[in-house]
Amino acid sequence: MTGSGPPAPAHRAALAVLRKDLLLELRTLETVPAMALFAVATLVVFHFGLNRDTLSGQLAAGVLTVTLLFAAMLGTGRLFVAEREQGGFDAFLLAPVDRTAMLFAKVAALLVYLVVLELIAVPAFALLLSPPRLGVALPGVALMLALGDLALAVIGTLVSALAVQTRARDLIGPIVGLPLLIPALIATARGLGPLLDRHGSVSPQGKWVAFLALYDLVGALIAYAVFDFLLED
Amino acid sequence: MSQVSHAAIELDGLSRHFGERTVLRDLTVSLPAGATLAVLGRNGAGKSTLLRILATLLRPHAGTVRVLGEELPRRGWAVRGRIGLLGHEPLLYRDLTGRENLGYHARLHRVARERVEQMLQAVAMERRADEPVRLLSRGMVQRLAVARAILHEPELLLLDEPRSNLDPAAGELVEPLIGRASGRTRVLTSHDPAHALAEADLVLALKDGRAAYLGPPAGLDPAAVRELYA
Amino acid sequence: MMTHSRHLRGLAIATAVTITAALTLVFFYAPLDADQGFVQKIFYLHVPLAIVSLCGFVLGGIFAIGYLRTGRRIWDMRSYCAIHMALIFSVGGIVTGSIWAKASWGHWWVWQEPTLVSYLIVILMFATYQPLRFSIEDPERQSRYAAVFAIVGGAFVPLNFIAVRLSVEFVHPRVLNLEGGALPGSMKLVFYISLVGIALLFATLMKYEMAAKETRAETRRLRRALHACEDPGATDRPSRRTAAPVGAH
Repeated sequence: MTGSGPPAPAHRAALAVLRKDLLLELRTLETVPAMALFAVATLVVFHFGLNRDTLSGQLAAGVLTVTLLFAAMLGTGRLFVAEREQGGFDAFLLAPVDRTAMLFAKVAALLVYLVVLELIAVPAFALLLSPPRLGVALPGVALMLALGDLALAVIGTLVSALAVQTRARDLIGPIVGLPLLIPALIATARGLGPLLDRHGSVSPQGKWVAFLALYDLVGALIAYAVFDFLLED
Repeated sequence: MSQVSHAAIELDGLSRHFGERTVLRDLTVSLPAGATLAVLGRNGAGKSTLLRILATLLRPHAGTVRVLGEELPRRGWAVRGRIGLLGHEPLLYRDLTGRENLGYHARLHRVARERVEQMLQAVAMERRADEPVRLLSRGMVQRLAVARAILHEPELLLLDEPRSNLDPAAGELVEPLIGRASGRTRVLTSHDPAHALAEADLVLALKDGRAAYLGPPAGLDPAAVRELYA
Repeated sequence: MMTHSRHLRGLAIATAVTITAALTLVFFYAPLDADQGFVQKIFYLHVPLAIVSLCGFVLGGIFAIGYLRTGRRIWDMRSYCAIHMALIFSVGGIVTGSIWAKASWGHWWVWQEPTLVSYLIVILMFATYQPLRFSIEDPERQSRYAAVFAIVGGAFVPLNFIAVRLSVEFVHPRVLNLEGGALPGSMKLVFYISLVGIALLFATLMKYEMAAKETRAETRRLRRALHACEDPGATDRPSRRTAAPVGAH
């Protein structure tokens, strides 16, 4: 008899869900292209709104962070829609797997989306608003963005799972998520600031790296602790 | 496991409410392994809620529920994977193909890939298995849903109007899979009481969440059935 | 039964006495601040309001843990009322803080004051608690999701304070700090009495809200029972959608 043992190891189920999510995204191209387009459009808006052709320092960091945040919100909002509307939650809950696998899979999927987004949005940012020294400071920028992505992915997944079961999910997701993300956004923007400054340091300040790491850790632990309650019915 | 029990399903005083509305009230039912329970009642009588509780998707609010010898919801993880649910929703992703959908379920249930092909053949869907589900007719989707529900060879089948969307030919096709001949313990609901009664060993008629009748199909007179759906 | 009204009278009297005493002391006993003069007296209102509301939010999170662990609705009720009251107190806290900022630094809003900024972010966070509850119809799911939100929110309060503190390079010279360490003894005494008064007020109002909610649920239950006797078909009439927990049973 199959499937009568204890729950399958979480990573195998998580891989199955992740694989399915990426396959769905490749099939439909619903989320990532929209995120990338939105990011580029936001950069154009910033050019006109600030009336600047080039940006540097903290201003550049702020524009990049906000642009990525907006695009991330789009992707976050769609993360669980197929599960909710096409019975994915039920199918998953009927399987003999650890429920946390869903959390792992969705965080990983959102991380993949964010990295792909940045592979498009950061070059677009460099091209359109030519921040100084982006090339030299790239390792530092990549580190800050990676830590920021993890924060967006963990909190985004948690909030999205919360919002998808509400009547006004398009509204609830952003208004709940944004205040929770503010500390991580402060750290990302402030950490990126000196890196994009002609006279700043090439490596990010330790305090912001440490804080983002702490934020990611706390976020991940809390998400791990409460996620099961969002799947129950 | 915890306690060897001959009954596949044992409900004792099961109640469930949504907010202040009571959907199931004090149900006590015992179903032997291999038998078929037909749940009758009109829309909103609590049929789907009962099936979702048995499937571990909803928790009971009062009373005890034992499914395949395990008490719910405490030992829900021990019966998950031994239950097949065929409900109103096919539980298939519209933008994936039938083969991909079944492959996903096979991974979740740790079932060998060959079983997917075997099931696609069993529901005669192997020729359309590489088309996205959204392009298929409702009958075809329902056939895939049947394949999905029994992919992992569940001991207990929960069937919520399994024959909706199926034409007679397709109905015959899935008969050995989910019908009496499958030999599995079954709980089924149907809009068509005659059909459900013909298949049942035990009938539970629900009215406003209460058991209006519980017993063999022979004991239920046609007038009472009509009143149930009135 | 109305379990929450048991200590309500005693609590209300203690609150009234303490608040009256605190106000009297603030105006007739506490010395005038050398730099800021009379307006500094808002400190005795602002800081206790801020402390009590922050504790209220965190308390809401702790009660929420109780709900998720036990599944008993009384914990959801506690969590809901704590956060609701904390939100009301925090509006008072931010308004008095703004007045104080205007009086001592000349601006209604001071970004250099990390406590005030963090406080605003915490308020923004918990302001979404009610809309979240309201948009979930199934009461059980509403309670569960609200509990998850309250726990996450409560845990992020300290992270908020750290992030904002790190981001402020230049901190205003602070005449008075939250701990009251730099205060002369008489000011300290008055401050602590005010703090106790506001905390008691919080407890009283929270208990009142819980008692009111339970009474309403009880009334609704009785009315339904009455209807059921007269008109058996009408027992399961759906009730009005609400963001508040539906009774603690």
